Amino acid sequence: MHEGKRNSGTLLDIEWVNSIRINRSALIRRAANLPARRAVKNEHQIAWMLQAIRCIDLTTLAGDDTPARVKRLAKKAIRPIRSDLLSALGLKAGRIHCASVCVYHNLIDAVTDSLNGSSVNTCAVSSGFPAGQISHEEKLHQIKASVAAGADEIDIVISRALVLAGDWQSLYEEIKDFREACGDAHLKTILATGELATLRQIAQASIVCMSAGADFIKTSTGKEKTNATLPVGLTMVRMIREYAERSGNIVGFKPAGGISKAKVAVQWLAMMKEELGDEWMQPNLFRIGASSLLGDIERQLEFHLSGRYSAANRHPMA
Amino acid sequence: MDISKMLEELDWGPAPESEKFAREFLSRFGPEHELFIAGEWYENAESERFSTRNPATGEVLGDLIQASDADVDRAVAAARAAQPGWAGLSAHQRAKHLYAIARQVQKHSRLLAVIETLDNGKPIRESRDIDIPLVARHFYHHAGWAQILDETHPGYSPIGVCGAIIPWNFPLLMLAWKVAPALATGNTVVLKPAEYTSLSALAFAELCASAGLPAGVLNIITGDGRTGAALVNHENVDKVAFTGSTEVGRIIRNATADSNKGLTLELGGKSPFIVFEDADLDSAIEGLVNAIWFNQGQVCCAGSRLLVQESIAENFHQKLRVRMSKLRIGNPMDKAIDMGAIVDEVQLETITRLCEQAVDEGEQMWQPDTQIPKHGLYFPPTLFTNVSPNSVIAQEEIFGPVLASLTFRSPAEAISLANNTRYGLAGSVWSQDIDCALEVARSIKAGTIWVNCTNIFDANSGFGGYRESGFGREGGIEGLWPYLQTSTITAVGKEVDNTEVIAEMLGEHSGESLDRTTKLYIGGKQRRPDGAYSLSIKGPDGLVGEVGRGNRKDVRDAVEAATSSTTWASLNAHTRAQILFYIGENLQLRREEFANRICAMTGESTEEALNEVDDCVAEWFRWASWCDKYDGRVHETTLHGLVLALNEPLGVVGLACPDTSSLLSFTRLLGPLMAMGNSVVVIPSQKHPLAATEMYQILETSDLPSGVVNIITGLRDELLPVLAAHDAVDAVWASECDMAEIQKVSCGNMKQTWAAAGSVSDQELLRRACHVKNIWLPHGI
Repeated sequence: MHEGKRNSGTLLDIEWVNSIRINRSALIRRAANLPARRAVKNEHQIAWMLQAIRCIDLTTLAGDDTPARVKRLAKKAIRPIRSDLLSALGLKAGRIHCASVCVYHNLIDAVTDSLNGSSVNTCAVSSGFPAGQISHEEKLHQIKASVAAGADEIDIVISRALVLAGDWQSLYEEIKDFREACGDAHLKTILATGELATLRQIAQASIVCMSAGADFIKTSTGKEKTNATLPVGLTMVRMIREYAERSGNIVGFKPAGGISKAKVAVQWLAMMKEELGDEWMQPNLFRIGASSLLGDIERQLEFHLSGRYSAANRHPMA
Repeated sequence: MDISKMLEELDWGPAPESEKFAREFLSRFGPEHELFIAGEWYENAESERFSTRNPATGEVLGDLIQASDADVDRAVAAARAAQPGWAGLSAHQRAKHLYAIARQVQKHSRLLAVIETLDNGKPIRESRDIDIPLVARHFYHHAGWAQILDETHPGYSPIGVCGAIIPWNFPLLMLAWKVAPALATGNTVVLKPAEYTSLSALAFAELCASAGLPAGVLNIITGDGRTGAALVNHENVDKVAFTGSTEVGRIIRNATADSNKGLTLELGGKSPFIVFEDADLDSAIEGLVNAIWFNQGQVCCAGSRLLVQESIAENFHQKLRVRMSKLRIGNPMDKAIDMGAIVDEVQLETITRLCEQAVDEGEQMWQPDTQIPKHGLYFPPTLFTNVSPNSVIAQEEIFGPVLASLTFRSPAEAISLANNTRYGLAGSVWSQDIDCALEVARSIKAGTIWVNCTNIFDANSGFGGYRESGFGREGGIEGLWPYLQTSTITAVGKEVDNTEVIAEMLGEHSGESLDRTTKLYIGGKQRRPDGAYSLSIKGPDGLVGEVGRGNRKDVRDAVEAATSSTTWASLNAHTRAQILFYIGENLQLRREEFANRICAMTGESTEEALNEVDDCVAEWFRWASWCDKYDGRVHETTLHGLVLALNEPLGVVGLACPDTSSLLSFTRLLGPLMAMGNSVVVIPSQKHPLAATEMYQILETSDLPSGVVNIITGLRDELLPVLAAHDAVDAVWASECDMAEIQKVSCGNMKQTWAAAGSVSDQELLRRACHVKNIWLPHGI
């Protein structure tokens, strides 16, 4: 799953961070315009929906998660689509699976057990997820513990206070420490954009996190009032492009929270293709943090094959 | 179905819009279309016909009638017959008709969008998401104007029959821009769509008929320029509204010059798109996509001249090239296509030729390596970088997807480059610095300025040009004015016979007073006339005095002085008001002296003359008062943000005053022009100029900056044509002269002309003394 060179990070260029300008109304116009300009239809739509499944970090982050529940989810991530649908689409079993299963630390074991032998990764949220209001040392400890427990990917939350205060140096150091604590595990930095003040701050935080070595930048925990929106995504994706142009480093993107419709998932993929290019449509550089999205895609796939609108009970639940 | 391969490639794939219903609808007409006259489809058996094609495929979509002179006659007669009844409806009844049209457009929006794309070649996304919704919005908005017209415009009446000629780039939207305001104000219309793109207008006629629009209120005739010419020249057409090229606009200005027809022209442009180093560059790139690759660049207000700050130029061009490579060109009926087909072979040839010419001039052309369909009329997005201002690509309107990029060093240079054009339709400014953005927006001479956005339109914002981009506005309250009149229009034609009074160069002095040498007043100085000739001014009792006989060089110098006098417009309104009050005050001090002059010239009684002077003092006070009270507006539009409609001065105005009440008419016409910040070159009354010349000293002692008012005495017929033809003069107000000639010679720079009448209301004078610039200011955090 981890193809290509990891982001090696760069020195923090405060001047660059301060020079970032975002015109909100223009950016929103583009975000609104983009899905209208880039419809994907018919067979291509099927292919794109399948690709969306491959990019899903199948997520459960609830207080009532149990090992048994998480195991079911992991099995679903390995075989997300009914085999008859898959063969009707002319695809081999195993070709389509989710990118990872994303859980809290104490469920890592249950996930790794179930995923054993599959290509699906184990992903853990960390660093005081979702609010991040614990000490830096505790955060580092959490990350290390999760990596030790077998997590391939660590989704951390940034300290929003540092962004709101414009303390880029501290944010940079925080993320740099997280990256170091991750070792070989991949680091996704959650900006929790719903708790940042402006699109400009989101853009600035993106650059700082990438400079500090984030493998992915991610929009939300799913616990903030507003989740992943296209304008926020567009802001972050433009910064990924900018960072790649300036540093030569490639960073991935993960929108999370509120993405529950196949159509919307395709729109996000379209944005990746349009703004960044085809390589950013692959799971090594694009993830969707979602839980109910998969069910909608299953129904849409069946509709495309049968010509009849499908129902949820026809598809195995997680 | 090879999903596996598609999953590998993740291409966009086709996303075609269905043409089925549109084709079914069009087939109801049969392959041969007719004219829509007096509420019915009409065809003359001997009609000449021509084909209309789908530019994306070359397929013939139908045969249209080349409307003949007789057909035009018939359509105009139908409009004429329907007009009194239409104007006689109550405001509410007319509003209901317009509302019904709006509803029809909305109900059949996809049908109209598909027809538009079939016929024009523009992407279905644009016709579906932009053109047709704006059409519906325009009719809704004007249904509203119709409803409240009596309250908003008491004392106004419709002009009568309007002849509308529209272009092919936004066929139905341009129809709406003409038809909606005309109908809302009680006029009837004969409309000729462009010959390449008539189908949506014919479909619209069908929708209007089914919505119960009274017969003859809207008539649609098809044909090429010959039909247009017949319509423009038809004696029963009262007003002509044209959107199209400056070249054709000039022909129409000429053709209507010797008539009383009202005229509005929305013409070409070479609009600047200015990017400062502190702009959101990625958003500016998307802005450019909408500026120059919208509708394949076939947009009159296309941002075709990119002005980018030197410090970011290289980076910006690189971003732009990457973005251009992503543009998808192809079947316009595909929902995910960015650029469709060019409307016609002729247009494609023009674009190709201009690009070749620029390359021959040594300009650097770049086009992305994008797939373009082999068949159909396509042209790739094209970028010229580091273009010199004298290149054909920087000067000419190309009307295609071709962007010319120039760099600038400072905001001041950006403004100079932006204004270095004959056109003045629109402009776009990108900067996160509100100080800079607004200053630049106000400094660009153009009718619409978009700040951090581009090509956004709304029915409640007047669209139209400065300079050779035409005159008149479409949309908003300012768009109603060309369709309304207060009283009878001053008849065009020669009104006074030439100067028996002053033909004599020498006369006998009465001998009583000191000989007065009245010079010309140019650039704040009294100057001898260039020709060193004088004219005698006689009153009923013989010679009253002499004035300089100005010539064309004096006109030239006066215009030069007026052009260099830039401070007046930038003074704040309070300061202008103080100066105008002061002029009134100083005139008051010398009322007897002025009255004596008037008596001597006209023979009227002292009391009458004193009354005139007192009236003039009041007039100066009046226009001083208006200086800071004729406000602009903040338009309510669909934008989240502000749309500021500013009343900006026209610039340099030529004013020829009538003989009647020479001082009062001079004051009443000069006052509003000065109040709104114009610089003026005045030709005072030919017969009675000596009161105006007496004003030199008053103006000199009233702190008026030099060059704001320049006065040239002499023969109106010698001076006015020079003034009206002068390319640095922005407007001419003329009275008691041959308006036909003035209108003809005004064509050089398409300046607006007005048969000036001081009898109209203050509001109308002020309105005519300025033009509206709309500045779009979206905002958000």
